[in-house]
Amino acid sequence: MTQIGLNHFLFVSTVLFCLGIFGIITRKNAVMVLMGIELILNSANINFIAFAKYGNFGYQGQIMALFVIILAAAEAAIALAIVLNIYKTFSTVNVDEIDTMKD
Amino acid sequence: MTIYDLIFYLFAAITVISAFFVVTTRNIVYSAYYLLFTFFGVAGIYVLLGADFIAVVQLVVYVGGILILLLFGVMLTNRITNVQIKTGTIKIAPAAIGVALFAGILGAALLKTNWKTINSEIPISTTHTLGLLLIQQYAVVFELLGILLLIALIGAASMARK
Amino acid sequence: MTGNNLIQIALIILFLPLLGFTVTLFLAKKVKKIFLFETFILIVSFILSVALVFFKLNYFSQTTFTGEVNWINLGSISIDLGVMVDNIAVLMIFVVSLISMLVHLFSIAYMHGDKRYNRYFAYLGIFTFSMNGIVFTHNILMMYIFWELVGLSSYLLIGFWFEKKSASDAGKKAFIVNRVGDLGFFSGILILFATYHTFTFDKIFHQISLGVIPFNSEFWLTVTGILIFAGAIGKSAQFPLHVWLPDAMEGPTPVSALIHAATMVAAGVYLIIRVFPILTGNALEFIAIIGALSAFIPATIAITQNDIKKVLAYSTVSQLGYMVMALGVGAYKFAFFHLVTHAFFKAALFLGSGSVIHAMHHEQDIRKMGGLRKKLPLTYATFLISTLAISGVPLTSGFLSKDGILAGTFAFGNLTGQWFFAFVGFLVALVTAFYMFRLVILTFHGEPRDKEKFDHAHESPFVMVMPLVVLATLSIFIWYTPNPFNPEQGWFLSKWVKAPTIVTPQDARYSFLKSDEIKPEANVPTVQNVPAQTTQEINGSEEEVTFSKTYTEAMEHAHIPAMMLSLGLAGIGILFAFMFYQWKKLDPDKLAEKINPLYKLSLNKWYFDEIYDATFVALTLGISKLFAWFDNYIIDGIVNGSAALTKQVSNFSGKFDNIVVDGVVNGAAYLSGIVGLMFRRLQTGKVQTYIVLVVFSLVIILFIFKSF
Repeated sequence: MTQIGLNHFLFVSTVLFCLGIFGIITRKNAVMVLMGIELILNSANINFIAFAKYGNFGYQGQIMALFVIILAAAEAAIALAIVLNIYKTFSTVNVDEIDTMKD
Repeated sequence: MTIYDLIFYLFAAITVISAFFVVTTRNIVYSAYYLLFTFFGVAGIYVLLGADFIAVVQLVVYVGGILILLLFGVMLTNRITNVQIKTGTIKIAPAAIGVALFAGILGAALLKTNWKTINSEIPISTTHTLGLLLIQQYAVVFELLGILLLIALIGAASMARK
Repeated sequence: MTGNNLIQIALIILFLPLLGFTVTLFLAKKVKKIFLFETFILIVSFILSVALVFFKLNYFSQTTFTGEVNWINLGSISIDLGVMVDNIAVLMIFVVSLISMLVHLFSIAYMHGDKRYNRYFAYLGIFTFSMNGIVFTHNILMMYIFWELVGLSSYLLIGFWFEKKSASDAGKKAFIVNRVGDLGFFSGILILFATYHTFTFDKIFHQISLGVIPFNSEFWLTVTGILIFAGAIGKSAQFPLHVWLPDAMEGPTPVSALIHAATMVAAGVYLIIRVFPILTGNALEFIAIIGALSAFIPATIAITQNDIKKVLAYSTVSQLGYMVMALGVGAYKFAFFHLVTHAFFKAALFLGSGSVIHAMHHEQDIRKMGGLRKKLPLTYATFLISTLAISGVPLTSGFLSKDGILAGTFAFGNLTGQWFFAFVGFLVALVTAFYMFRLVILTFHGEPRDKEKFDHAHESPFVMVMPLVVLATLSIFIWYTPNPFNPEQGWFLSKWVKAPTIVTPQDARYSFLKSDEIKPEANVPTVQNVPAQTTQEINGSEEEVTFSKTYTEAMEHAHIPAMMLSLGLAGIGILFAFMFYQWKKLDPDKLAEKINPLYKLSLNKWYFDEIYDATFVALTLGISKLFAWFDNYIIDGIVNGSAALTKQVSNFSGKFDNIVVDGVVNGAAYLSGIVGLMFRRLQTGKVQTYIVLVVFSLVIILFIFKSF
């Protein structure tokens, strides 16, 4: 075991990212898809902060991570409003049943 | 194996394992609770990286805000007859293959790249510095984000009301 | 009053209409009287522009002020935004603000009772803002941005009564036809940027004067000039893209006066004036040919049109063609002079026609008018003055500018032996006088042909007549020169408008545009990048170095004969108009029958719309039909075919079934099912399928471009 370095953190974020994508693809429920998106955002944030520490960027990475969190909050609110609307229109939130885009 | 390493592995394990359960558990409410642990683990990793303020924000916003919102979403969009709110899964095979390949490529890139790292000294508390940065160098962005949040608030409210 | 103050005034003039637009648009439904605010803004803007013109021309007539801010800085490439205040810009801004203000006033009465009254004023505001932007810009990128903005506002205003299908169609037509020209304009900008890494006019000129040209070839400099000119072809409705302007008359008449006669369509000419220094001889020749065609063809069409606004529209195209031709033959000053004079008298004509249409309860057909002289005395007087001006009758402004252009073509013929442009110029002068007086006589003279409408006609209210009087007054010579026969003596041409220093390589110029002696580039400005707005004073050259002595002399020689000839031709045109329509000595219908093909050609606008319908539109439709066919037959054919095939196979195997094993049948069905599933899977309409595809594609792309 080497000393904990940049690679370790990047590895965690990679795993998180892939799990997020896996969740987005496989879950039927729209809320679950949102959870997958949150995982992806978190993995991006880990990257930002890890590079902020190990790269020569000062605080920019942390600031950026902060912005991502703010945007995630806004995104979650909007996305849930959309999910509610979908539920009202289709009376389901299972994304695989919503395929009117095909027509 | 220092104590720092131990803590890192602990948090990494919490993050990864609970994230795995998030995307595999069939019960949505359980998933949401696993997500709580993931967020917590990520916050721990932030602390290890010296970003204490971000870690706190992570806890407050994600755990206190977004997670609750998601739970509300679950409640509002399911006819609750019992606690068992299940979700089906689809396309396990293509997703698994695609994600595995993707992870392989990312991992390979990660290992093969020769990162030039410096171990910059991050002070004990970053809150003061971040605060100054936000109201000086990034003041405009900061204000814009405030407006964005307001717009999102109004937009979400008006969309959900219809 | 310093240069800094002038820049500040210019910025205020630029942004005031934007403020008016925003406020008016947002309060349009809430506040009924908000249009008064917009009009007030325009009056303030006009007063400021008067101040700007006064100080600039009186105290700083030799200097050019620029103020710029750094917008984008990408290492070696930096893009600046800025304004440039020179004589041409302030004169143009005066014209725009004045006409815009008058049109606002006129519209108060003309558009009264419209259900989107306030929104109309808001649109006028955004138009004025964008037009001011075109005038003040000091770089070609901003020019392009505002160029598209005026295109947008023009689209909005043409289609203002969008309930009418013809109006919304006309708006679309204008927009799409303009795109064709803008494509060329944008390509030209890209070539300039790729070569010089800057958009600023002065810097581009400076580099060209140092001998840096695109792809190291004069041919490409010519191409660049022509591409930029393509933008002007679209916006100034030049041949062959002139077809949108007559249709644009579907918009409200004050809009036609402001946008489609006086200011926006002149923007094309203004653009050529701005980039004049980089145009090579070949490019100028091309411009002159386009201008000559645009002057001639619409003039012949205007003879037979019966819609009062259509006649004026075609005459606008024709007069713009004059200006473009003048630039092409090197008569730079007169082109700008004609731009200014034309803006005033054509706005007067359009607003006059608006007054007539208003009085006749939205009747536009001149065959149903007549005798309106008694009912609309003021409108008649102003209309007549403007008509005299456009026909080139002495003592009017139009005479001075048009005569200058004709003298320019004359001199050009003298120097190069190409008399074509002079010939077209004089011919069009004759035709113009004829059709304009035909319009006046049919509308205002004679007996009323539609008694009922005539009886209800009445002179327009003060806010409509006042702009007419102001504009007609500006069509008189005294504002431009003390000597009604020689514009060169006037302050307008001798002091205010100076031809720019041409920077193209000597070999690529017309011979008469070559400098007499090659001068060191002492006068070329070096503009520094400074964060805030600062002024940069540039000393204008004292003596004219643009044109060679021979050209100046040729212009002087050409002046008198050109004047005589144009006077004579205008007289003949007017005489014929009276013979045909006033005294009825000649019968226009009989003549039309005699030369029926020509008459038909003119009446049907040279079949341009039909030709375009048959070629470009049909081509586009054809291509889309081809794709639709491809979709319907090939793609669906594959799907249906595979289905049919499967059916065949199953039919076949159904028969086969009894004979051979069931397992084969099931296997075949299963196989075809898999194939069908695979094809169908691609387009499920489900988000997650797409994400899977995205992930796989991403993997492939990453794998291809991996650097490890």
